[in-house]
Amino acid sequence: MTQPVLSIRNITKSFGAIRAVDGVSFDVHRGEILGLIGPNGSGKSTLFNCLLGQLRPDAGHVEVNGRDVSGMRASQLNRLGVGRTFQQLSVFPKMSVLDNIILAGQEHRGTMVSRLFGAPDAGLTEEADRLIGFFRLTHLRDTLAGSLSYGQQKLVDAAMAFMAGPSLVLLDEPAGGVNLTMLADLKERLTTYNAEHGTTFVVIEHNMEFVMSLCTRIIVLAEGAVIAEGAPAEIRANQAVIDAYLGG
Amino acid sequence: MSQFLQVFLSGLATGSIYALVAIGFTLVWQAAQTVNFAQGEFVVLPAFFVLVGVHLLHLPLWMAVALALLLSLLVLGVLFKKLVVEPILPSGGISLIIATMALGILLKESIKEFYGAEAQPFPALVPQDPINLLGATVSMQDIMNLVISLGIVVLLTLFLNRTRTGRCMQATAQNPAVAEILGVDVKRMVLYTFLINAALAALASFLITPVYLAKFSNGETLGVIAFIAAIVGGFNQIRGALAGGLLIGVLDNLTATYVTAEYRAALPLVLLIAIILLRPQGLLGTSEGRTV
Amino acid sequence: MTFTTWSRHLLVGLLLAAAILAPVGQGNYITYVLTSWLIFSIAAMGLNLTLGYAGQVSLAQASFMAIGAYTTALLTLAGWHWMLAMPVGLMLCFVVGLALGYPALRVQGHFLAFVTLAFNTLVFLVLRNEDWLTGGNYGLMGMPRPDFGIFKTMRQVDFYYFTLVVTVIAALVMWGIVRSPWGRAFKALRENPIRAESLGVDTRRITLLAFAIGSAYGGLAGALVTSLVQFIEPGSFSLLHSLRILLMVVVGGAGFFFGPFVGAAVVILLPEILRFTEGYYLIIYSALVIVMLAFVPNGLLGIGARLRERFLAPRQRADMAQGAKLE
Repeated sequence: MTQPVLSIRNITKSFGAIRAVDGVSFDVHRGEILGLIGPNGSGKSTLFNCLLGQLRPDAGHVEVNGRDVSGMRASQLNRLGVGRTFQQLSVFPKMSVLDNIILAGQEHRGTMVSRLFGAPDAGLTEEADRLIGFFRLTHLRDTLAGSLSYGQQKLVDAAMAFMAGPSLVLLDEPAGGVNLTMLADLKERLTTYNAEHGTTFVVIEHNMEFVMSLCTRIIVLAEGAVIAEGAPAEIRANQAVIDAYLGG
Repeated sequence: MSQFLQVFLSGLATGSIYALVAIGFTLVWQAAQTVNFAQGEFVVLPAFFVLVGVHLLHLPLWMAVALALLLSLLVLGVLFKKLVVEPILPSGGISLIIATMALGILLKESIKEFYGAEAQPFPALVPQDPINLLGATVSMQDIMNLVISLGIVVLLTLFLNRTRTGRCMQATAQNPAVAEILGVDVKRMVLYTFLINAALAALASFLITPVYLAKFSNGETLGVIAFIAAIVGGFNQIRGALAGGLLIGVLDNLTATYVTAEYRAALPLVLLIAIILLRPQGLLGTSEGRTV
Repeated sequence: MTFTTWSRHLLVGLLLAAAILAPVGQGNYITYVLTSWLIFSIAAMGLNLTLGYAGQVSLAQASFMAIGAYTTALLTLAGWHWMLAMPVGLMLCFVVGLALGYPALRVQGHFLAFVTLAFNTLVFLVLRNEDWLTGGNYGLMGMPRPDFGIFKTMRQVDFYYFTLVVTVIAALVMWGIVRSPWGRAFKALRENPIRAESLGVDTRRITLLAFAIGSAYGGLAGALVTSLVQFIEPGSFSLLHSLRILLMVVVGGAGFFFGPFVGAAVVILLPEILRFTEGYYLIIYSALVIVMLAFVPNGLLGIGARLRERFLAPRQRADMAQGAKLE
């Protein structure tokens, strides 16, 4: 039994009297695309922030590739091979797309001192170009990231998350605010990347269509607890899930 | 022991005036995101308005003081907000830091050029006779300063907590966007904050200048002490700035008398560094999320 | 792209030529002012790294100049050559910068401003009070200018060229830092620190290093000041001077490479131009500062950047070029 890439045990987080996350546990296996869904207030975002070290859970712990990552800073987590995308403001607007992506990789090459004395691009131009080509952004390579369309910025965001070759990528509402055509592109690129590299994804999303067609397994949260888990088709038919979304 | 009591009480008195300055400084920081590095000069200028009134315009003292208060409200309140803070605040904190530091220099040099560089005697507004208290000789002035300052603090607290306007001001300081939605006239509340700071600075000026004489360069020390008092006390409450001011006043006096005169100014600075690094919410403040 | 690099090289060449020719035919005083400009450019360059690139407000740059100046002064008065004394001052500033920055950079913005303000004032107090070491209010005097055997720097103009060489080297080092992956990390830190952190940028460490290097540059400037004026006293390194250096960075344009040079020129020349106003010059000067901050918050080079954006071909939004794929 191979070790899960991400292992969550009994994560609990309260804000005052409100228990946002209530003893959530699950594993994520290599190569999976796991979707994390649930109605508003279900605790998805809180759980996500606990995974990423932005919130400290009241109880429970998180392991990445067998290593306890509780309390780690974001940069440490990244160096362990965890990448993430952001919902908003996810690129460096006054830097070119190329620079955005080189930055995502440079911190994983050598030491701080070697970076000072090394090449300005840290030897990463070729690799960055490959990734830019994968996301079909080659024609925008030298454009300032801030002047890209929202959907294109999301692609750059994904590219940045992938640049350092992470074993696990957490995607925070990747479909939010993206038009249909771009959405299809995004989904296709993510699926292809996952197939080619075997990178594990965990996706938080509200867009049902997107999640159902992208993910291999789905976990549903409601009121801070896991209420269902399984393949997309099962989840779609699950009564408890339907109830949770329709209220009551 | 009686000397200690003397030094202690005297420190409390000066400290209570520092507290006024610190409170104004805190209010403006919280409500208007303005860190006023010219606060020290704000406490020097009103005294010179009084001197102008008395010596140049030959007004009776009470009229000169009233005039000085009005001018302070105008210059240090309204003009400060309109001409310095409003144009520069959008550019960010660093610009405003430099701007208020430049303003401090502007005020200081203006006083020096237009009035004079020598220390000027300032008429005392309260009786100065020494009285005997528990074996220590304390000046009436110190007692009066303490009483008046604490009285002002009490009034201010009542105003902010018990009146409608005061509560609107607090709402504005805590969450301007929400306050606006709830119908609070945010711009006016901010203006009131600046006016209150101007008034506090002026009052502090009237109380403290008789002790230190009116000199253009007083602002340097006063300003630093105000920052420290505000930060040491903690930003979240008026109580904090009051506690900070009293603490600094007493410690400063005790240090000067019992420890060292040369490094007297070092104590508040070391305290400032220590508090910021160890307990940035101050001694009385509640812990908010620090931006790190 | 090549046109910009070519024109930039030309500009730098012209500036260098101007700097070499500037003191020709000028009297000692003008040469002294020019040397002062170079020295403060170095201090401002350091602060530009701390503030403009790493985004940290420091009101302590003058105190680092002081540490560099006094260290160099004491060593040269004891017989050391400037070229050996200066690195000691530099290293000391770097270490003190690390020591101060390590705890201090955990707080941001105004709190850091206060901590650095307090530090500057404390250094000033120590310099003033410990007269057994520093000469107290009377300061130190008679520091010898560097002597390289065949090339002596006693003459004002010779010292100017010596300072120019040092400045060029310092600028090249700064260019190297800014052009390296560190520069990219700084930019990222400025634009989106949370994203940067999530990509593995150790923001705390790089900020600390920027602060320490910036302080070292302050030390270098101080070491040069010692030899320029050959008399130093605590008053030259007060909070007012930290503010002046901060002003240089902001006036020139924080985060622009040549900002410090432009800013230092303005801040040093303006008092000279206003000298005729005698007592009023500080009043006018500070009023001008406030006005400038209100209208030109990004500094002079910031205006240049904005003009370039407006008048050169604006970069089209990529999705508009693609037509139907608009949001």
